[in-house]
Amino acid sequence: MTEKGTWTVKKGLAEMLKGGVIMDVTTPEQAKIAEEAGACAVMALERVPADIRAAGGIARMADLTVITRIMEAVTIPVMAKVRIGHFVEAQVLEYLGVDYIDESEVLTPADEQHHINKHLFKVPFVCGARNLGEALRRIGEGAAMIRTKGEPGTGNVVEAVRHMRMVSGELRRLTILPKEELMSAAKEMGAPYDLVVQVAETGRLPVVNFAAGGIATPADAALMMQLGCDGIFVGSGVFKSQSPAARARAIVAATTHFNDPQVLAEVSRELGEAMPGMDISTIAPHERMQERGW
Amino acid sequence: MKIGVLALQGAFREHCLALARLGAEPVEVRKPAQLEGCRALIIPGGESTTIGKLMDQYNLFEPVRRMGEQGVPIFGTCAGMIMLAREIEGSDQPRLGLMSIGVSRNAFGRQVESFESDLDVPVLGSEPVRGVFIRAPQVVSVGPGVEVLAVYHDKVVLVRQGHLLAAAFHPELTADNRLHAYFLAGSRL
Repeated sequence: MTEKGTWTVKKGLAEMLKGGVIMDVTTPEQAKIAEEAGACAVMALERVPADIRAAGGIARMADLTVITRIMEAVTIPVMAKVRIGHFVEAQVLEYLGVDYIDESEVLTPADEQHHINKHLFKVPFVCGARNLGEALRRIGEGAAMIRTKGEPGTGNVVEAVRHMRMVSGELRRLTILPKEELMSAAKEMGAPYDLVVQVAETGRLPVVNFAAGGIATPADAALMMQLGCDGIFVGSGVFKSQSPAARARAIVAATTHFNDPQVLAEVSRELGEAMPGMDISTIAPHERMQERGW
Repeated sequence: MKIGVLALQGAFREHCLALARLGAEPVEVRKPAQLEGCRALIIPGGESTTIGKLMDQYNLFEPVRRMGEQGVPIFGTCAGMIMLAREIEGSDQPRLGLMSIGVSRNAFGRQVESFESDLDVPVLGSEPVRGVFIRAPQVVSVGPGVEVLAVYHDKVVLVRQGHLLAAAFHPELTADNRLHAYFLAGSRL
């Protein structure tokens, strides 16, 4: 019997993206540059996070014409973002045929209490998480892939590092807890008990976990890979830099050869200016995108 | 027995786990020197355009092609099948071109069309194989010496050409090790 949209198939596409770089693009031309540089997928957007941050106002799902033109321009998978809780934006993108949906804190949330019930969809979802409880809640809702939230549009990797270390640390702690303490651990982190039991046994998330939010250099990408991420999302880091094509190629190579300082040194040369960065303390807490999501 | 797994991008970890379950010794290959001592090679699923660019950039095409020409067994799954093919419909992307097959990329459609289904694979016995197809390619033409091992609704999805094996689906994403075992049995010849 043939079955579409199964958990294996949804989670499987994320497995195929591992060790790769997913790049934010806003035009078909940028999508082609990303594909040519070796991106394993692109995220179709109207604006990269740095511009969304600068523009203010309400950020919504991208114009469908933009997404469609990007889908026509490349053969690699195309992802697109919907607002947290906006299941109708997700229905529209599924109908359009995008390959993955990012229920993303980069856009303005549409629901301040509930995320999308992602089990209802055939198209797979990726969601951001700052800690293990948040990651397991999203997986409980049907996310087939997780990424760190980081702080998008800043070119500052510090928050992505914090979130990755938090998830890994909490996973390690669960593996040494006696079984009778897992229910209370599940209660404390607000995570589904059965998923807590599962990750306590395996010591790893049941889905692929990428790094996102603030990655701007090849060394940033390799840092996140050495911290245990399965792959990299680069938002503003490529097309807000001085030479996008060269930087994109370098980040792709750094993600594959993350453990090889010789390659990292070679690819980090002559890339021009990285995107301008922001100190997180200059962003008021209520303006931090990572605080969105529940 | 050391078996190389091309680890540039994609689901190489799952192939390594499958090989380890069968008692082989998987070696992650990112640079040509790591191919040394490998008795066979697996090219995993992932994005064929990404894998091709990284193979080109880190000079892996020539050594892998030479291995294939010298009779070292190579198994490609999904993107790996595309890398092994001589013809890729509508694309001039870099490839090994070791197998006399033509393939069509994303032949079943985009991700929402990805599926799993039972496949009859007579060389693996009467128990069907659960084929996991993710934005999968299909074989559209086979040259002399290519044996068709499985079809799905008239589409060719598993082929062998002597020491070379290619699948459009992902045996590494299931607990069924039979196809890996079949490949390893061929490697010992």
